[in-house]
Amino acid sequence: MIELLLFAIPASLLILGALIVVFAKNPVHNAMGLVLTLTSLAILYITLNATFVAMVQMLVYAGAVMTLFLFVIMMIGVDKPEQTKEQIKGQKLLISGTLILLVSIVVFISLQNGLNWNLLFPQSEISLEGTPAILASALFTSWVFPFEVISILLIVATTAAIALAYEFKQSSDND
Amino acid sequence: MSVELILALIKPLLGLGLLLTNTILLIWLERKVVAGMQSRVGPDRAGPFGILQTLADAIKLLLKEQILPMKADKAMYLLAPIIALVPSFLIFMIIPLGPGFDLAIGGESQFINMVGADINVGVLFFLAISSLAVYSVVLAGWSSGSKYPLLGGVRASAQMISYEAAMGLSLVPVILYSGSMSMTKIVESQAGNLSSTIPIVDSIVSLIPNWNIFPQFLAFGIFFVASIAEVNRAPFDLVEAEQELVGGFHTEYSGFRFAMFFLAEYINMFNMCAITATFFLGGWLGPTFEGVLPQFLSALMPTIWLGVKTFGLLFVYFWIRATLPRLRYDQLMELGWKRLIPISLIWLMLSAIVLGIRDFGLPWS
Repeated sequence: MIELLLFAIPASLLILGALIVVFAKNPVHNAMGLVLTLTSLAILYITLNATFVAMVQMLVYAGAVMTLFLFVIMMIGVDKPEQTKEQIKGQKLLISGTLILLVSIVVFISLQNGLNWNLLFPQSEISLEGTPAILASALFTSWVFPFEVISILLIVATTAAIALAYEFKQSSDND
Repeated sequence: MSVELILALIKPLLGLGLLLTNTILLIWLERKVVAGMQSRVGPDRAGPFGILQTLADAIKLLLKEQILPMKADKAMYLLAPIIALVPSFLIFMIIPLGPGFDLAIGGESQFINMVGADINVGVLFFLAISSLAVYSVVLAGWSSGSKYPLLGGVRASAQMISYEAAMGLSLVPVILYSGSMSMTKIVESQAGNLSSTIPIVDSIVSLIPNWNIFPQFLAFGIFFVASIAEVNRAPFDLVEAEQELVGGFHTEYSGFRFAMFFLAEYINMFNMCAITATFFLGGWLGPTFEGVLPQFLSALMPTIWLGVKTFGLLFVYFWIRATLPRLRYDQLMELGWKRLIPISLIWLMLSAIVLGIRDFGLPWS
């Protein structure tokens, strides 16, 4: 019963947050909807025994990335209305059709499994104590090369973004 | 209902009560301490030494009219004070208040640890939840629909992100040194006294407790500065600089919603000091005087030690507030990005090298 509640409440909040992201008119409301989604997702990670992943999710996405989003939104200003004109003909019809198809697939599969909620709580053998250690030893032994390559890639991307966006002025009287 | 579930329900209620009474005491204490440093008397009307002044203020704020500004974004305006309070209560739940004890419930012995939730990644939880606190300030500033709160909100987002980075980096050497991310294990790793391989030094050093502040003094300094900036206290209170921004992000808030921001600020301050004491000053560790003091008192000693350390740090907060002038915005940013973050990175590398040599020996041996 408690397990079901622990799943159902964050899951419904997650869907609510996602709906806010899509349908809210104000950019700040969209951003806060995304924060709600990310936080609920972190709670779902905890119910799956992945405490470390949940905390990193909160720290990086809900904490740092979304704060920067909000900062940028506030700097640009939220007064500009969003462009709601359809770019592709029949855009809305296509999207609602795909959505109905996806929902019916999910409903069909869960009905076939007899609404077996226990599937969502696998009795995993990984002990709660070892999550960061297990992750670290995997990351820094067998996956160390891809890990370092990704970090170089990120630095290259950041430098490229600065090089593209920053206006290098000839006169250096102000930055 | 199982015992664990009942405990899980009781602990947050106890924590809530403790934090609320504590805040009442803390606000009175700050006013008294700052008044003393400025040669004033401070509150002295309500109750003995004016100790009930905060209670009177709280009742006043509760009874005041709540004003909703005309241009405010209603949903976010109402949500912001709640977002301010929730992280502050959550952080308190991971602070270990004592060593834990066995209690006989219904015939069987049940181990009760003196911490709301003993999670194995407590340090990360602390960093993750404290990074959520910025939303309350940003949203309050933006949703008020007024220029001064907006300036406060924009300042807050830049300041809190900058100092969060320094704070997180200064905690990494502590995690390395303690070998765990769990708050209870970090406290336990600080038990005993320092030791040295050199005999003459050892006789002096072995009198000093094995607290993280001694080997990690630089990390402590960075963490302490960053923690003051993180809770937006003077000299880093640009978020609510009265002389420039009226009241900063909470200018448009009145009545109980303002009280919620106020409450959150003081709880955050208390949490920050308790966490600093846990990471660097040995948490609840200290002599328990078993046998000298009565049984119940010596069992309470660890919690009292944590309280003494926390209030000592809080006194330093008040002291700094009463003596240091506020930083300018560019000075604040420079201190964060050009001083604290590079120093903490260098310190992290030095600590990692020293610990690596201690644990694995020299690379060429």
